[in-house]
Amino acid sequence: MRRCLPSLALLVALALPGAASAHKMFLVPSATVLSDGADAWLTVDAAVSNDLFYFNHVPLAIGGLVVTAPDGTTLAPENVARGKYRSTFDLHLQQAGTYRIAVVSDGLMARFEDAQGKPGRVRGRVGALEIPAGATKVEISETQNRVETFATLGKPDQAALKPTGKGLELVPVSHPNDLVDGEAASFRLLMDGKPAAGLEVVAIAGGTRYRDRQGEIQTRTDAQGQFSMTFPAPGMYWLNASVEGARPTLREAATRRASYTATLEVLPQ
Amino acid sequence: MRPLLMIALLALPMATPALAASADITLEIPRLDVAEYHRPYVAVWIEGEDRSVAANLAVWYQQKEGKDAGTGKQESGAKWLADLRQWWRRSGREQRLPIDGVSGATRPAGQYRLHFDDAGPPLAGLAPGAYTLKIEAAREVGGREVLAIAFQWPPTASTHLQASGRDELGAVRLDLEP
Repeated sequence: MRRCLPSLALLVALALPGAASAHKMFLVPSATVLSDGADAWLTVDAAVSNDLFYFNHVPLAIGGLVVTAPDGTTLAPENVARGKYRSTFDLHLQQAGTYRIAVVSDGLMARFEDAQGKPGRVRGRVGALEIPAGATKVEISETQNRVETFATLGKPDQAALKPTGKGLELVPVSHPNDLVDGEAASFRLLMDGKPAAGLEVVAIAGGTRYRDRQGEIQTRTDAQGQFSMTFPAPGMYWLNASVEGARPTLREAATRRASYTATLEVLPQ
Repeated sequence: MRPLLMIALLALPMATPALAASADITLEIPRLDVAEYHRPYVAVWIEGEDRSVAANLAVWYQQKEGKDAGTGKQESGAKWLADLRQWWRRSGREQRLPIDGVSGATRPAGQYRLHFDDAGPPLAGLAPGAYTLKIEAAREVGGREVLAIAFQWPPTASTHLQASGRDELGAVRLDLEP
C-alpha cells in the first residue's frame, strides 16, 4: 500500500474519520461468468479512486495478490503490469469452478506529531515503519485490507471461498457469481473467523460518472454477521464494510482497523 | 437436433398418430437488416414452477472453433454460451457440452419446427403439472430476448399457444396434442 499512497489528497481523506471518506480500492474483472470449457482467460484491473469504476487516481498495489483456484491451489497471475492509474494482470483459468481474486494487506500505520508539532502519518510493514526522529504522540495502528472479486468458469462452487480466519472476510450464502437483478442476495461477514455483528455494509453501483447521486445501498449485519441486499439494477457493484478498534494481531500496534471490499457483478434476469 | 428436426419435417404431411401426447414448437429467427449479422445462439427449454429446468429441448451455438474476423484467432464458440444468460444460469453451466440430442449448430433466419412427444425423452417422464416453455436468443453485436409460454402437461385437449418476439425472435408457437 505504501507506494500507492503518494497523494496528499488521499492522506487527508484517510485522516478523516470513517471509511466512507477514503478513496475506494477495487478490482474490475473482465468477466465474472465464463462458459468456455476448461481453458479461459480473465483480465483484472486494480485501482484506487473516488469514482467507480474509473481509473483516475492511483493504481492499487498488488503485491498482496492471492488468487485461489477452484481446487484450493494458488494461481499465479500473468502479464502483470503497473500503469499510471491502474495495475493489471491476466489469469489463465484451466479448471472449472469459482476463483477468488484477492489483494490482501496487513500493515502498520503511525500517527504522530513531528518535531515542529505538525501532525503526520506513515505507513509500513512490520520492521519497516519509518517514524521521524523527534516525533511525539505516536499512535501505531494495524490496518488489514482485503479487496477482492470472484469469477466462475462453468458451474459455481465453494472451495475457493473458504475464509482464512484473518481480518474481515465475506462468506457466501448466495454465491457471488450467481447474482441477478431483483433477487435478494445474502452474505455473512466474519471478523477473524467469527460473525461480525452489527456492521454497516455499503454497496454502490459502478458508473458514478453518469449520475448525480452515489446511490448507496446500506444495510447492517445481524447477530450472525449476515446481511441481505437486493440489487436494484444489473451492473458491477462495489461492496464495503470495515471494523474499527479491533484488538491488533501485530505486537507493535495499539489498535486495528480491518476493511473488506468486493466487486460483485449483478446480471440481468 | 438434426435427426429430430428431420423426423419433424417428415411427419409434417402425415396425420399425427394419436398415441402419444406431443408438443410442437415453431420458432422464427427473424431476418434482420443490419450491417453485421451473426446467427443467434438459441436455447429452448421447459421450466418447472420453481423455475428449475425440467427439460432442455434445443441449444444452438457455434460448436466449432471459429476464426475471429478481427484478429484471425481461433476462438471456441462455447465462450459466448454465457450470453444466453438465463439458460446458462438455469442449466447451461451444469451441462457438459455438446448435449446429445439437444445441442446443434446455429441456424440462419427462418422458421423452425421442433417436434417432441412423450414416447421418448425428454418429454417421457415429464411429471404432470404447470410448466413454462422458454426460448432465449442472443446474437453477437445484437441483442438478447427471452420468450415464455405457460402450459399444462400433459394436455387434455388440443392447445395452441403463442408468443411474439420484438427483436431477436419472431413468432413462437406451441401446439400441444393430447
